[in-house]
Amino acid sequence: MIAAQRLTQEVGGVAQTLDLVSGFDEALVHGFGRLGEQRQAALSALAGAFAATPLGDRLAEASGKVAAGSVSEDHLAVLAGGRSALLGAVHDALLSHLDEALGRSRMPWEVRAAAGSEAANLLAGARAWLTELAITGWRGVDHDLVSAAGQVIETLLAEPELRRLAVLLDGFAGELRACCPVAAQPQVPVRRWADLWSRAMLLAQPGFLRTASGGPISGRFLPLGVDVHEHPTAVQAQVHGLLEAGPGAPRLVRASVSAGKVDTITGPAVWRLLRGHPALLAALAEHRSLDLTGMTLLDSGDLLWEDTRAAAGEPADPFATARVQLAAAVAAPVPPLDRHPVRIAEPVLLEGYTTAAEGGACTLALGGHPLAVDVERLPSCGPLTPELVAGSSAMLGLLRWDAGRWLVQPLAVQATVKRKPITVHTGDWAMGPTDPKAAKAEAAAGDAVAVLRERAGRLLRR
Amino acid sequence: MQAAEPAWEVRSSARVVPPARPRKLAKVPFVELADGRLQGVVSSGSDIERVYVSSFSAGDHSFSCSTNNNRPCGGLGGYPCKHLHSLMDEAVVQYGADRVARYLRVEVDDEVSSGADLLRRMSGAAERTPAATVFSRFLGHLAYLEQPGSHEPVTELHWFPATGSTSSGVAR
Repeated sequence: MIAAQRLTQEVGGVAQTLDLVSGFDEALVHGFGRLGEQRQAALSALAGAFAATPLGDRLAEASGKVAAGSVSEDHLAVLAGGRSALLGAVHDALLSHLDEALGRSRMPWEVRAAAGSEAANLLAGARAWLTELAITGWRGVDHDLVSAAGQVIETLLAEPELRRLAVLLDGFAGELRACCPVAAQPQVPVRRWADLWSRAMLLAQPGFLRTASGGPISGRFLPLGVDVHEHPTAVQAQVHGLLEAGPGAPRLVRASVSAGKVDTITGPAVWRLLRGHPALLAALAEHRSLDLTGMTLLDSGDLLWEDTRAAAGEPADPFATARVQLAAAVAAPVPPLDRHPVRIAEPVLLEGYTTAAEGGACTLALGGHPLAVDVERLPSCGPLTPELVAGSSAMLGLLRWDAGRWLVQPLAVQATVKRKPITVHTGDWAMGPTDPKAAKAEAAAGDAVAVLRERAGRLLRR
Repeated sequence: MQAAEPAWEVRSSARVVPPARPRKLAKVPFVELADGRLQGVVSSGSDIERVYVSSFSAGDHSFSCSTNNNRPCGGLGGYPCKHLHSLMDEAVVQYGADRVARYLRVEVDDEVSSGADLLRRMSGAAERTPAATVFSRFLGHLAYLEQPGSHEPVTELHWFPATGSTSSGVAR
């Protein structure tokens, strides 16, 4: 059972740390090419926070040089590292607070050699573009600067090891493009774009993008629900579930499958792009367990999904799985370089709450304590709607944190509609919509995949 | 008690661009607002192997239409041809009239809801722009569907939640 009261408490040090981060973020709004005194002071405050740490000297040097007008790629990378370390600390404080509130135990992170090498020379182009972007600042971003990212992204996309950076830059550049010229925008997403820029700058450092270590496991995988991520050219389904492998408590694990897409493929049609993983999608749609044989499990709790190593198992209701086993499940540690509050997505079962919907917002009251529902994170590819959430009595969800507050992202609800109990999951349409109206719309949109594949076949290979 | 909803500027998962709305792609397989233009690719009505590359520029609203081999469109005179009309109609379906108007800097009032409404408020002249850039962007667009998928977790996609089941509008 969740100690809901804990989620309304402030976590010590978080607000102060985020103030330091904001100093850096403001510099990106106007550009490192024209730092005023105030923003210079904010950068040295950020550097000062590391004074007693191994990063201290490098950050002091970088902030000093940048303030003096010498804005180099290396200095910016060091500052991005400092910002990320601060957010990593915020992440750690929040996650341990959350683990306490949930009574959840988590395995420790063990440093092990990671595999992989990447095409370092391809990263230079990305760093150069990010440097120009930082010097210019969001307010100076125009069409030419955004278009310059195109070549960089295309090169990165061709190299599977660099795909994460490519996917990030593509989503980021797409937002900048849509807001061009940014000077004409009434406001800019200050924290978000600084997050995306910093993350990209780190991923573009040689040696950063590596496959984590892990080993083969066999056992039973019981899905709890699916979290869908999407931007115009990428979609990822991240399935959270419990793994029973060997004696002891079940482990909380994830399976993530992703694919390239285009912006005109939206809604339930996105599942068509993930059809290379039929066993996983069928388990979501049919609420089944999966029997895994020799599948790789990374130390981060991520299964490297291979559909041929998964066999359909018994029917398994995710709510029943959660009620019986979630409280005792052991969570995986978060790899140090992935620590950022946005990565927090902890599966929970919520029951015995009341809901209050107002405008577009929805809030749960858990034992008298409010918890906001992240209704924006309900994907158009599934049947779960804000109305169902507002009328629900039990929920499987992910606890998230953003901008000073906890939110729950629903993955499934139990509700009463027309006096009948129903259960709705975000992944119910993974094998195609089960609702006739949505099926019809999907059939029309499904043509989109076919039309574009036909066009691609005709025009691409000439 | 929890504070009121935090400001959009300080949210890591702030929604910036609303997702494209679904539309039929047979006639106009590609539309985008990029490089200071509304640009796209329109399938030829008569020849399945041929496509037209059509565009409107933001600001001066000049327009262009030619085949992907850079032959001028026969229907183009002092006014936009049928391909340009189709491009505008589909852009309005995909992005909404407001977003198209804002990008092209068309002065609009509440009565603008269709592509034809927007075209009536634009008075640019024909001006050849090279088809090659737009066409290669279209080919790049198609190439996304040919990309191999992945089973490695892409942590960065936590910044890009799938949305759309909500009717609660966009941040801006």
